[in-house]
Amino acid sequence: MKIYLDNAATTKLDGQVRKAMLPFYKEKFANPSSIHFSGQKNNLILEDSREKIAKNLDTTSDRIVFTSGASEANNFIIRGVMEANQDKGKHLIISAIEHPSVYDLAKDLKKRGFDVDFLPINNKGIVEVDKFKKLLKKDTVLVSIMAANNEIGTKQPIEELIKLTKENGSYFHSDLVQAIAYEDISIDKLNLDFASISAHKFNGPTGVGIAIINPKIKINPLIIGGGQEGDYRSGTYNLAGIVGLSKALEISCSQRKENRKKVKEVRDYFLKQLKKEIPDIKINGCLKRRLPNNLNIRFEKIEGEAILIELSSKGIEVSTGSACSALNLKSSYVLMALGLKDEELNSNIRFTLSKDTSLADIDYTITNLKKIVKRLKSFSPIK
Amino acid sequence: MSLNYTKKTLDYFLKPKNIGEIKKPDASATIGNMVCGDQLNFTMKVEKGKIKNIKFLSFGCASNIATASVMTQAVKGKTIEEAKKLDWHDIVKDLGGLPQQKVHCSVMAIDGLKKLIKDYEKKLKK
Ligand SMILES: Cc1ncc(COP(=O)(O)O)c(C=O)c1O
Ligand code: FES
Repeated sequence: MKIYLDNAATTKLDGQVRKAMLPFYKEKFANPSSIHFSGQKNNLILEDSREKIAKNLDTTSDRIVFTSGASEANNFIIRGVMEANQDKGKHLIISAIEHPSVYDLAKDLKKRGFDVDFLPINNKGIVEVDKFKKLLKKDTVLVSIMAANNEIGTKQPIEELIKLTKENGSYFHSDLVQAIAYEDISIDKLNLDFASISAHKFNGPTGVGIAIINPKIKINPLIIGGGQEGDYRSGTYNLAGIVGLSKALEISCSQRKENRKKVKEVRDYFLKQLKKEIPDIKINGCLKRRLPNNLNIRFEKIEGEAILIELSSKGIEVSTGSACSALNLKSSYVLMALGLKDEELNSNIRFTLSKDTSLADIDYTITNLKKIVKRLKSFSPIK
Repeated sequence: MSLNYTKKTLDYFLKPKNIGEIKKPDASATIGNMVCGDQLNFTMKVEKGKIKNIKFLSFGCASNIATASVMTQAVKGKTIEEAKKLDWHDIVKDLGGLPQQKVHCSVMAIDGLKKLIKDYEKKLKK
């Protein structure tokens, strides 16, 4: 028995996507930059993939730069824009709960002399527009705020934030990694300058992603070399990955509405059963303004990693923000930003569902979770 | 991140030894780790200089529970002087190794033991 509830970490590769990718690991291996016919045939496939992706994101293909994933896209965009636009200023705003590929990068830029502000979240896990307004400055170059968070799934009011940012004459970037599978996102309608996407979060392959750029805005490349992607990103094309990303996005977008509804129903059932079967649980972050596949739950008086390991011994796979599970033994900064007290930080489990999660999976999870919580509580010293 | 627990560690986590609290103990100690936020409570009964019984409660991760199990198993029946000689390396060895970032859990179990013995010796003097 295996029940995978860690879909915010990565998702299962879709069978159709795998099938679409295989020829590029077999006979269609040519480099799309090569001039011979095999190379140029692949070049057409590369550009066709780009067109399809652009259409599904409701933007134009000249805005799509392929990368190795969203970490690279985030690094490329934020560092590239901040470094290339120093005539505009040195000020960057990010939220306090960005993914480490934004958060730690911003800290690095701060060390290198850039002026960085971290926009806090409220106790619901959402940034406040009024606080944001106060942070905008004349020399604000870029604002980077994710559409939805990877730990607590909360959704940020990016439409409003984009509007204010534009009025201020600054640029806006959004990490769309977690949102893309469930939220209707039109890059052009949102008036987004920059965005990051990663294929492996919507049943595509790992190691491939997209940086959405605005060709009118100056940006420095992160990887310099052979000049692929219009010099924005050098490196031989990962064509199998790009084809896989394109296919996965196509499937994901065509099923988005249906998946959103289905996943939310299962998630809501999960929460209902949790509340019924396990006393004293708390939900971290706003339930309403949250991705439909996310539940981040606090279990009082017991430690998160212990819950995770015992669930894993039953074939149920989740993740935790507990210090005990981190290499640096630090609790999740996202949960800290939510305002959790010290003694609350290490008792949290993130469940992230997929379109394949069934009610039976949830029943099995609840049955086991109930036993596990009871056992761990039975010897907790915390009264 | 590599967090591969040995089978023995997992067994001790899922079926811990010496769980609980001794009523009217001869010594007790609580130890917390400021780094990871975990906590262990120990209680002990001593008879004729030997540790007759030792139990623990835990707010902690799998390795915290496993290391406390091994530690309490190791000192049960030993004299106080023998128990003082137990070292965290012994615990790690007994478990067949611990992930690097989890070694401190074994140190915490030993620190708890030291604190427990100190409490016992303090009460003995009174
Ligand atoms: C919100 C968010 N941004 C960025 C990333 C990084 O993506 P990638 O694994 O493609 O580097 C992740 C995934 O771990 C994520 O959840
Ligand atoms: S006791 Fe769990 S990591 Fe320290």
